[in-house]
Amino acid sequence: MEHNIYLYILVMAGVTYLIRMLPLALSKKEITNIHVRSFLYYVPYACLAAMTFPAILHATASTYSALAGLIVAVIAAYRGKSLLTVALLACAAVFVVERILPFC
Amino acid sequence: MKTKDYQNGLRDGVAVALGYFAVSFTFGMASAADGLSILQAVLISLTNVTSAGQFSGLAIIAAGGTYIEIALTQLVINLRYCLMSFSLAQKLNRTAPHWHRYLMAYSVTDEIFGLDASLDKALSPAYHYGVTSVAVPGWVLGTLAGAVSGNILPAFVISALGVAIYGMFLAIIIPPARQNRTVLLVVLSAMGLSFLFSVLPVLNRITSGFVIIITTVTVAGIAAWLRPIEDGKAEEGGR
Repeated sequence: MEHNIYLYILVMAGVTYLIRMLPLALSKKEITNIHVRSFLYYVPYACLAAMTFPAILHATASTYSALAGLIVAVIAAYRGKSLLTVALLACAAVFVVERILPFC
Repeated sequence: MKTKDYQNGLRDGVAVALGYFAVSFTFGMASAADGLSILQAVLISLTNVTSAGQFSGLAIIAAGGTYIEIALTQLVINLRYCLMSFSLAQKLNRTAPHWHRYLMAYSVTDEIFGLDASLDKALSPAYHYGVTSVAVPGWVLGTLAGAVSGNILPAFVISALGVAIYGMFLAIIIPPARQNRTVLLVVLSAMGLSFLFSVLPVLNRITSGFVIIITTVTVAGIAAWLRPIEDGKAEEGGR
């Protein structure tokens, strides 16, 4: 089935706005339940991790170049480089490995 | 008084705008790499104003996922805004008319929330709007610049850019994982679980969006149950 990109965007924007708006509009009380707060705290990490691996392995022309990108990104991120730096270093690793691979 | 709050917001928003420009530039490039038009990339940034949500949405658009998948993914990954909005609802100036809450909700992001929360007095909507009116243009212009360069770059560069979004994700999750053992376990478990979903028979037929949702809810749920955070840490979530 062919999907309409503008409809995707509408769904994304609608859901995201509602999440932000409903608590502001409706709430008079703060969440105090520690398990609910903890769940919301861990969600971004679990979500981003699940989206990254193993999907990153299929993100480029070859699994080897993707693996190189993954390793470089992990090292750069571990050293506390900024988002843009980590992203660009990963791209550079993929680029370099894909130039070398034909000769292996 | 309101003018002063607005001006303070503008001033504090500049740093956020600069940071946003760099991140959304990457989003613009990734959108171009996934075949979106410049207008579509800019429209996503203007209407969503959230990095992780937009990147995950982009991944689902690129994979041709269903509308339900994209809605549920946005719900799960942006659920933390729920917590921030609850918190802002507490901090908001009691005399502010109710309709401000509907307008302010548009730009509840990690960084803008951080600024709002750091004020030592009740939050005035004017301050929030001040930050928003610098930060959101930074976000949108960065996307525009990234999408334009993504569209004029040669194909082999675009292929290397495919990994950019994952590099960004790693840059968001690894530094906190270094400092907090539970976050590290959450990250590793989530990666392991989604990997299992991709290789095990039957399970590997589940579409990627649902795998993300199932993994996130399971891992974050178990972590919250076994290792609840200490109070006050919940506001320090990822970018």
